[in-house]
Amino acid sequence: MKSKYALEGLKVVDFSWVFTGPIVTKYLGDHGAEVIKIESATRPDGTRLMTPFKPGAMGLNASGVFANYNSSKYSININLREPRGKEVVKKLVQRADIVLETFGPGVMTKLQLNYDVLKQVKQDIIMLSMTMVGQTGPHSQQPSFGQVLQATNGFVQLLGWPDRTPSLPVAAYTDYIAPWYVLIALMAALDFRRRTGKGQYIDLAMLEASVHLAAPVVMDYTVNGTIQNRMGNRNPGYAPHGVYPGKGEERWIAIAVASDEEWQALCKVMGNPEWTKSPKFDTLLHRTENQDELDKLMGQWTKNHTPEEIMAKLQAAGVAAGVLQNAEDMVDKDPQLKLRQHFVELDHAEMGKHLTERPPFKLSKTPSEPQRPFPSFGEHTEYVCKEILKMGDAEFADLIGTGVLA
Amino acid sequence: MAKQKEKPAMLDRYRVLDLTDDRGAFCGKIMAELGADVVKVERPGGDPSRNIGPFYKDIPDPEKSLSWFAFNQNKRGITLNIETKDGQEIFKRLARKADFVIESFKPGYLDKLGLGYAALSKINPKIILTSITPFGQAGPYSTYNSPDLVTMSMAGYALICGDSDRPPVRFSSDQSYYQSSLQATVGTLIAHYHREMSGEGQHVDVSMQESMIWTLCYAPHDWYLLHQIIHTREGAYWKRLGVTYRLIWPCKDGYVCYRLLMAQPGAEVMNDLIASMNKEGLGLSMKDISWTTLSFTEVPQEQINQWEVEIGKYFLRHTKRELHEEAIRQRNVLQPVNDAKDLYESPQLASRDFWVQIRHPELRASLTYPGPYFRSTETMWQKGKRAPLIGEHNDAIYGKELGLTKEQLAILKRENVI
Repeated sequence: MKSKYALEGLKVVDFSWVFTGPIVTKYLGDHGAEVIKIESATRPDGTRLMTPFKPGAMGLNASGVFANYNSSKYSININLREPRGKEVVKKLVQRADIVLETFGPGVMTKLQLNYDVLKQVKQDIIMLSMTMVGQTGPHSQQPSFGQVLQATNGFVQLLGWPDRTPSLPVAAYTDYIAPWYVLIALMAALDFRRRTGKGQYIDLAMLEASVHLAAPVVMDYTVNGTIQNRMGNRNPGYAPHGVYPGKGEERWIAIAVASDEEWQALCKVMGNPEWTKSPKFDTLLHRTENQDELDKLMGQWTKNHTPEEIMAKLQAAGVAAGVLQNAEDMVDKDPQLKLRQHFVELDHAEMGKHLTERPPFKLSKTPSEPQRPFPSFGEHTEYVCKEILKMGDAEFADLIGTGVLA
Repeated sequence: MAKQKEKPAMLDRYRVLDLTDDRGAFCGKIMAELGADVVKVERPGGDPSRNIGPFYKDIPDPEKSLSWFAFNQNKRGITLNIETKDGQEIFKRLARKADFVIESFKPGYLDKLGLGYAALSKINPKIILTSITPFGQAGPYSTYNSPDLVTMSMAGYALICGDSDRPPVRFSSDQSYYQSSLQATVGTLIAHYHREMSGEGQHVDVSMQESMIWTLCYAPHDWYLLHQIIHTREGAYWKRLGVTYRLIWPCKDGYVCYRLLMAQPGAEVMNDLIASMNKEGLGLSMKDISWTTLSFTEVPQEQINQWEVEIGKYFLRHTKRELHEEAIRQRNVLQPVNDAKDLYESPQLASRDFWVQIRHPELRASLTYPGPYFRSTETMWQKGKRAPLIGEHNDAIYGKELGLTKEQLAILKRENVI
């Protein structure tokens, strides 16, 4: 069977909300899977209420971040507390491959929709629960959110200046680690099911996954007893290695030099000023020892040029340099991102034009593509019931009338 | 949670040929912990990323790099010079039977050696080749020299990190390598799903820049929808909708992360925190505020600052552990700013048997590694063995598997092919 998209035919029931889970199901949907996003009239996905909104648009269908993370999905509104709402969910699960949820531990059990229940409905279902710290353990019941939780995982400690309070990654950094692990686990579980016929329940913890991205730092402690600290922009093995002011307001250039050969090339581009000939800077070792002074002198050169100009010249000479791009640079100007069509403009019936991102990987034969813009709140309740579940008109009208569906 | 019984891995013993350096090693490691047979293919003498610290007992040695250990755990290892004709032939023989090849060379390098996707797919149409590079295989920046700092900058990440009175900063850790390795694994396994359905392999082209852009959240939309650059570097603070909040707070023995909760469900837990503060004579003016219904656009910034000063005084009197334990009791959201020691001592991680010991016979030691990040009813994360020594599995792969004789191996070694 040849299909245009890699995941055609795959069916996903998606209880997830906010960032992590929706990013996962966007990836699946953009690769052709059918994703049914379950919301309820009393509990829309909170990201629908997150800034920035489309100017002039109001309500639940105007959030830029929501729009980005929810392309290619159907949205159905089900009241999960109603027994007949649960029945609709079970009908969806019966024909699904994957169930994803990101509630706190115990919520699916309270809703009587946990793995034990859903396994009875679909024996080989793959169900994944993603939580902050896992389904079990002394911290598992603490409410939290990514922006605060990222501090737990060791990343905040590693960002900023050693003589100052650590800095906060603006977006919750660990919210952008968990989705990839969830996707990896789901795709691997599908392979396991194909070979063995078995589904499974997976309890995936954001905290545990994140620690792997700091493994060398963590092992420096578990093995050597050394607690690593943030180093500003220093990086052993490089000098210079820093961010320097360019011409213009908030324009910066990053430069990283790993060898004496690269250093010579950098000096040439700078016009071989007298100070570069000092023995303080002639070897990587010496430059490492005199980095504060080196950074100052570098900055005096960079501030007279635009970062774009410096990047072009240094890269042509083989020296690593890059503009500190802002959103305007990336969305409107960056030729590399344009070529790879990282940002895609979509038109939504209510919100109008907005951006969604493509995954950072291109599959040469089955590239991803947003199948349609994000769903308005409850947009597909009727479609999902009548077209997908083949529900009769009378039953559908009754479920709407009694508030089970909306 | 009780110790897990042995269960099978999620992935089969698929053969992965891993040609990456430190920029892509994490991808193969994830495949290995899911059960794949990952064979690291290093140049004779070993992958240069073996020289990246930290090192075991701080002794710089290609067989003692903790970074290497961490990202090559559970792999096997061979040495092969793919720039030689013999090396290329051997690689093609391996590729014929392999399921995946992962690489992080400069775009075009493998093509030049006759080992790019066009050549490999001729030998093995089902093969999946995954390439991890800073900007992708083609385009104006694809040839750029771009270590982590430069990629973080081009991805807009560095600009928004750090203090407003100093230059932007990156994480003191190569996050763009690890983020893109994760994304590469996702793309590889999606391609694998398609292959198992259709019989068709393909080339997976991963960009580190785009991987990091995925972590930006609001910024592209602030620009596209509002033509605003909202986030600048605010260090320990967070600015949104014209309000600035403190997020990182000094405490008695370090820092905690907390945000004043207002105008949102769950904000009533503020009252418990304030009750604790009141007991120590702090925050008396904060009593009897209805935090859930407070509209934060109506509270002046000076008022927020003043509350934050009071809360800050309380935090300074207590350790991060005390404050975290109190937050758990009060169902508040505060978290400690953990360093590696705090992580290692975390009761949460301990309760889930997170840390694992891996034996290193050559060091006569067992080292502690991060362990399973998922628990499953049917399958299991695979701890496996320590990372391979240089050329450790040359005999197993070249001798037993490819059937090269001792004499042939000796010649290849002399010619610096293996």
